[in-house]
Amino acid sequence: MKVEISKGIEELKFALLSPEEIRRMSSVKVITPDTYDDDGYPIEKGLMDPSMGVIEPGLKCKTCGGKVDQCPGHFGHIELAMPVVHIGFIKEIYSILSSTCSNCGRIKLPEEKLKEYFLRIQDTNNRLSDIEYDDIVSEVESDASEVVICPHCHFENQKVALDKPTTFREEGKKLTPKEIRERFEKIQKDDLPLIGLDPKVARPEWMILTVFPVPPVNVRPTITLETGERSEDDLTHKLVDVIRINQRLRENRDQGSPQLIIEDLWDLLQYHVTTYFDNQTPGTPPARHRSGRSLKTLVQRLKGKEGRFRSNLSGKRVNFSARTVISPEPFLSINQVGVPAKAARELTVTETVTQHNFEKLKELIKNGPGKEEEVYRPGVNYVYRADGSRIKISDKNASEVAEKMELGWQVERQLEDGDIVLFNRQPSLHRMSMMAHEVKVLPYRTFRFNLAVCAPYNADFDGDEMNLHVLQSQEARAEAEILMKVQENFLSPRFGGPIMGAIHDHITALFLLTYRNPLIPLEAGLHIMSYVNVSHTPEPVEIDGKKYFRGRDIFSLILPEGVNLEFRGKLGDKSLDPNGTEGTIRIEDSKLVNGAIDENAIGQSKGALLDYVLRKYGNAEGAKFLDNLTRLAAGAISYTGFSTGIDDEDVPGEAKAQLREVGNESVQKVEKLIENYKAGLIGMEPGKTLEDTLESMVMKVLSQAREKSSEIASHYLGMDNSTVIMARSGARANMMNLAQMAGIIGQQSIRGQRQHRGYTNRTLPHFEKGDIGAYARGFVSSSYKEGLNPTEYFFHATGGREGLVDIAVRTSRSGYMQRRLINALEDLKVSEDGRVLDTENSVIQLEYGEDGTDPSRSFEGESVNVNYLIKEMFGNKYGGKK
Amino acid sequence: MHEMVPEHWLIPVKEEEKILKLLGVAKGQLPKIRKSDPVIKTLEKVEGEIVPGRIIQIVRKSRTRGIAKIYRTVIGE
Ligand SMILES: [Mg+2]
Ligand SMILES: [Zn+2]
Ligand SMILES: [Zn+2]
Repeated sequence: MKVEISKGIEELKFALLSPEEIRRMSSVKVITPDTYDDDGYPIEKGLMDPSMGVIEPGLKCKTCGGKVDQCPGHFGHIELAMPVVHIGFIKEIYSILSSTCSNCGRIKLPEEKLKEYFLRIQDTNNRLSDIEYDDIVSEVESDASEVVICPHCHFENQKVALDKPTTFREEGKKLTPKEIRERFEKIQKDDLPLIGLDPKVARPEWMILTVFPVPPVNVRPTITLETGERSEDDLTHKLVDVIRINQRLRENRDQGSPQLIIEDLWDLLQYHVTTYFDNQTPGTPPARHRSGRSLKTLVQRLKGKEGRFRSNLSGKRVNFSARTVISPEPFLSINQVGVPAKAARELTVTETVTQHNFEKLKELIKNGPGKEEEVYRPGVNYVYRADGSRIKISDKNASEVAEKMELGWQVERQLEDGDIVLFNRQPSLHRMSMMAHEVKVLPYRTFRFNLAVCAPYNADFDGDEMNLHVLQSQEARAEAEILMKVQENFLSPRFGGPIMGAIHDHITALFLLTYRNPLIPLEAGLHIMSYVNVSHTPEPVEIDGKKYFRGRDIFSLILPEGVNLEFRGKLGDKSLDPNGTEGTIRIEDSKLVNGAIDENAIGQSKGALLDYVLRKYGNAEGAKFLDNLTRLAAGAISYTGFSTGIDDEDVPGEAKAQLREVGNESVQKVEKLIENYKAGLIGMEPGKTLEDTLESMVMKVLSQAREKSSEIASHYLGMDNSTVIMARSGARANMMNLAQMAGIIGQQSIRGQRQHRGYTNRTLPHFEKGDIGAYARGFVSSSYKEGLNPTEYFFHATGGREGLVDIAVRTSRSGYMQRRLINALEDLKVSEDGRVLDTENSVIQLEYGEDGTDPSRSFEGESVNVNYLIKEMFGNKYGGKK
Repeated sequence: MHEMVPEHWLIPVKEEEKILKLLGVAKGQLPKIRKSDPVIKTLEKVEGEIVPGRIIQIVRKSRTRGIAKIYRTVIGE
């Protein structure tokens, strides 16, 4: 059976241009160094000869008859009076000169040796790689250049030296390019493969230029400045130099001028040709413009970051896009993005005038190009008539053009609220890095969005910038809205759960609003509720004649109808809330009956309530819930206020004493262990040496110290403490961080071991040799609040550096891995019947993911969540554990 | 056979058409397996020579599906 394989480029081969070929592909022999005559017409046989293509619209090419956009451009040529070397081949010329005989042109190796090499090369063609071929060629070169007496004609060769950049010398005597060329002409065709040339496409003497190709004019277009002045391309300038010197050289040669003058001119020609190719050749002063700027010639066009490859081929710039700093805006929906009015006036959407948008567009045109005003009103920048001609809209002609507007015209309208745009933050590592948002035009200069959207973009506001792209077609807008909108990307394909959710202060705020169901004075309650759209206020309670709202009632307002849910919150963990009942969050008929709303309810990627709303009511409702949630949080926290400071880590004197006690005790325990070890009282644990056993015992003691300190700190720091509130609600930090600030920082480790490297038998000169006690091996008994002593500080820094190095190594490694994966998988697609196919329609998977489940539409990777279905159908009683 | 190597079965020629129809793909679209693959060499000891163009069924454990059956076409070399 024949397996069909689609076509691809198998091989790319570079060759040399022969003088004949340069003449053959030339459309004109350029002889005049001038470009245009006084009337502005290109001079015949000049550098701008219309045979080499056209750059002015309306004119026709003399060679192919095409206009500007049809003519591909055609080469011309210059006949050089004397040959010059090509700077790009200087290395090759040097190696050929050194390895061949200057008398007979053979490679300076005996016949048998050459045969041997030939056999190896033929092998190369069959089985070996290009690299191996190159190796053989350089082997031949180094072997042959050592030889003095030619084994073929017994001529005594002299050593050739390269005098950079382009001069070759033989025993001090200069070799002219002409002489080099004559030598190269003698080289036999059969020897060429051994010097790295393919005789089918190259001859060594072609590396010495006798004919010079002149690139088409559209490669080096003339620029007309606004003043009407013409400015030539750098390449044209350089070509002018080449032709001018070439002419003078020819004249002097023909007149039989003194050799010295001819040689000077020849060198000058060599200089111009060299700098034409590469204006940064080492050992050559760069050719300069009159202004002193060095010219950008061929190599400079291609090389480096601003060169053709990195700047134009690997990276491209697009229209209808904007980039600026980002900042937060909790009053925007997660589906919105705030666009500065300044940017909105530059970003346009092209609309075709139809019966349906006729009046709207007319009004927009009347607005003109827009000016700064209190309320943003979109305007129009350009209008295109049906024949394609363009009108720029100004305040002056706005109403006139609006009246003349006809069906079929195109209007470049400025961005308005509700437009769909793509929003992106690099590095775009997953598909949520580019999502569709609805525009909301705002004052000032930053892009703004809801804080819940930080997670998918991995953005923060310490100066991050983001890009925005305005969609230009109805199809694109529809596709973006259906597939890319923020609310459509709630569930991450990575783990099949919500990637967006409440963060930081949202969690703190709603935790404070619901923890122990606080009484909230009427006025404050109304303030909080004013942040969200509510249809009614909850029933207030009356205590001692004063009216209050209950916090949980306020929270319940934002729940959609019909929520029935019970789950364990963060406080369900007994270590966080030893005897509270707040850990069980129960919602009955959309009323929060019990529990404090925390990270486990609304946090990103683990909020059970958020997840429930999303799955039961869909993405739109989920987005609405999250929008209301962030607003309510802003309201709640702006009422209570919330702050933290270093005195949050203040513990009472007795706690300090206890902590010190824990520290000392552990250090003593370690001492004791070491004593026992030295006395040989410690038995080996299985699989460990005696030293390892001791180490693990010491580590255990010291980690217990930190745990104990954590307990003490937790005991003395209660729910009246901001840091504790944040840690317990899951808004930020954890109790361990707290314990490190207030109590004991603990053991600093490197690669999971106590610190042990440094000086001979000790980590630092502050300790005695052989000391393996707690402090000598990186135990830190101070707290961050108190501060560390110098040795502790040092160990802490060492431990910290390991983290930094790890991160640096991990990110670069995983980045490269991901790049390779993406490149391998990028053009696979899922067909309509669920198969994964490549571009040749070969099957990669018979069913997507083998189970045909889209993880971003799954329940944590499973197609169906049976527990949820049972609960929904039969109520909580029969449901399994969530 | 090593436990990590999934089960390979040779599909009888007369069943090929039925299976391809079931899968809804042409033989050429299926993933390939070399005749020189150690698994094919082993399978040849049981089934006799396996010529290129035959279909192999591979039954393997799948994290998402439990057990997944996939198919490969034998190619030369
Ligand atoms: Mg940042
Ligand atoms: Zn042309
Ligand atoms: Zn010779």
